[in-house]
Amino acid sequence: MLEIKNLHVSVEGKEILKGLDLSVGPGEIHAIMGPNGSGKSTLSHVIAGRDGYEITGGRIIFQGEDLTGLEPEIRAAKGIFLAFQYPVEIPGVPNTTFLKEALNAIRRYRGEDELDAMQFVKMMREKTKELGISDDMLKRAVNVGFSGGEKKRNEILQMAVLNPVLAVLDETDSGLDIDALKVVAEGVNKLRSPDRTTLMITHYQRLLDYIVPDKVHVLAHGKIQRTGGKELALELEEKGYAEFGEAAA
Amino acid sequence: MPNNSSHLPFVGAFDAARPGLPGAGLSWLKDFRETGIERFNALGLPSSKIEAWKYTRLKPLEDTDFQPVTDDDGMAALDTVPSLLPNPGGRPRLVFVNGRMRPNFWIEGDLPDGVHLDCLRDVLTRNPDWAEAHLGAIAGDEAMPLMQLNKAMMDTGFVLRVDDGVEIEQPIEVVFIGGLTDRPVAYFPRNLIKLGKNAKATVVKHHFGQGVGAYFANAVTEIDIGEGATFNHYTVQAESRDATHLSTTHVRVAKDATYESFNLAVGGRLSRNEVSVRLEGEGGHCGLNGAYLMRGREHCDNTTVIEHLAPHTSSREVFKGVLNDESRGVFQGRIVVHKNAQKTDGHQLCKTLLLNTGAEIDAKPELEIYADDVKCSHGATTGQMDETALFYLRSRGVPEALARNLLVQSFLGEALEEIKQDDIRQALTDKVVHWLPAACFLSEEWRDA
Repeated sequence: MLEIKNLHVSVEGKEILKGLDLSVGPGEIHAIMGPNGSGKSTLSHVIAGRDGYEITGGRIIFQGEDLTGLEPEIRAAKGIFLAFQYPVEIPGVPNTTFLKEALNAIRRYRGEDELDAMQFVKMMREKTKELGISDDMLKRAVNVGFSGGEKKRNEILQMAVLNPVLAVLDETDSGLDIDALKVVAEGVNKLRSPDRTTLMITHYQRLLDYIVPDKVHVLAHGKIQRTGGKELALELEEKGYAEFGEAAA
Repeated sequence: MPNNSSHLPFVGAFDAARPGLPGAGLSWLKDFRETGIERFNALGLPSSKIEAWKYTRLKPLEDTDFQPVTDDDGMAALDTVPSLLPNPGGRPRLVFVNGRMRPNFWIEGDLPDGVHLDCLRDVLTRNPDWAEAHLGAIAGDEAMPLMQLNKAMMDTGFVLRVDDGVEIEQPIEVVFIGGLTDRPVAYFPRNLIKLGKNAKATVVKHHFGQGVGAYFANAVTEIDIGEGATFNHYTVQAESRDATHLSTTHVRVAKDATYESFNLAVGGRLSRNEVSVRLEGEGGHCGLNGAYLMRGREHCDNTTVIEHLAPHTSSREVFKGVLNDESRGVFQGRIVVHKNAQKTDGHQLCKTLLLNTGAEIDAKPELEIYADDVKCSHGATTGQMDETALFYLRSRGVPEALARNLLVQSFLGEALEEIKQDDIRQALTDKVVHWLPAACFLSEEWRDA
């Protein structure tokens, strides 16, 4: 499903990922944990295709296809979704407009019919109901004036609408209190499916109390240092990342 | 140093043009025009040595031999009228083509009693005393060469008078179409707007260019807003790509009166929107807003002066610019708070989005405050497109071109929101959207930057 082989990535000439290997099967949830500065966010951005991240070696294979050089919107159309650590505020653009443009662009790319306004509204109602999100959020400008929790819920809503094959959640737990975290985790769990692979990127173990991963990887110094089951997260919680040469957080 | 008259445009042509100009038989107007051309001749074209003209050079006026328009130019064939507003109910509309009023496109509309809408030429014929009393009453600055040139050459324009207490709900649309001539022409609108006590009116002006080739529009608008009255003034400058558009607007705002304006510029090779507002009475307010979108080598200048002359006056100014390619923007915004204008509340904001490394903005906000109990703020920012926001949109599947469009619209939203009337805001937003597509496909170079 997702195969990353010996990936080297530089940002502004500085090598951040130094030979990262990762293999995630269909329907699996993997957690990538690591200290600050280990390359976690770089990994998520490079999977989604952000400009400015130079792949100097290795490959990212998604559903048998090398993603290198593909534009972010093409990756989205192929089924990749990145939930942002800091969702961006876009004043003046209503959430619904944004989502409708996004969904229909993806549908066009896939050769599917675009949804008209009525079909789209109907679908949005179903999604918001399923996730317990108020319709009010749809009318507001994208993330403008949203609380931290609302922003993250909006990410989950977008994910529900775009229905990706691979969801990368970048520090989804950051900046959330425990109640907001539970709500967001519940959303992710509702969207769990054998057809969806999820990569959770996080510094802390607490998110994994609510979204239980199949595997946990420790990323440090630009490489996966260890891979284990969910118990590895608990071990990290106890010992910190000292073992990987970083101060405990 | 005054320029030698032989080098100044129009000075030589003035005598020949004069018999054809409106109100040719009026002796006071003859003197009025002569004073204008003499002053213009003495001042010369504004040079960069003048502070207010530091960033804008009137090169097309130096290089092109513009000729005054003729009646034939005014009869150029027109397929459709580029109305900004949908016109289901017969909204009042005046249409000028190369400075000539076209009666067959004039919609008188359903104007209430006490509203007088005419073209300048008719007012000079039918009501010359009123014209004599009001021409130059608001815009009389003898130091402004372009105003003096308009004073001499004015050949078109409209007059709107609204009597005390009369409110017009429907916006009045005035369309000025330029171009469609076989040589470079110039026309000189002079518009007079006078609102009586507690009157209310809205005017939407559309300067629109058709065809190719250079032309020059030099407009002066005088607006006198009586006590407690409200005037909403929206302008779209969509001149053609070789046009020069220079517009000077002077506004007097009386006690408890309101002037709300928005100027959207999307065209013209060279354009300048110069506005001067005098808040003369207590409780007077002005909203002076605008947006401009430029591309190619277009140059757009917004120069504004707001004078707070009485206590408890307020002003709000938001200008947003989007500059692509090698276009250039100028924003000069001065707010003057005079000594007795205590409790003044003035806010000014100027933001520019540069879509290309070749584009340039010169922004000069200025506050001059002589009163001690005031609340004033100003800010000017310039930036490039937010790469994170762009990535955010694209990561959701929005194609890059569309994502850039959405972000430009998002950027301009803050200014367009100042337009309180929904249908007009929508009309101007449509103009923005219409401008966009070429802007979003530019950008290999930009992405690498």
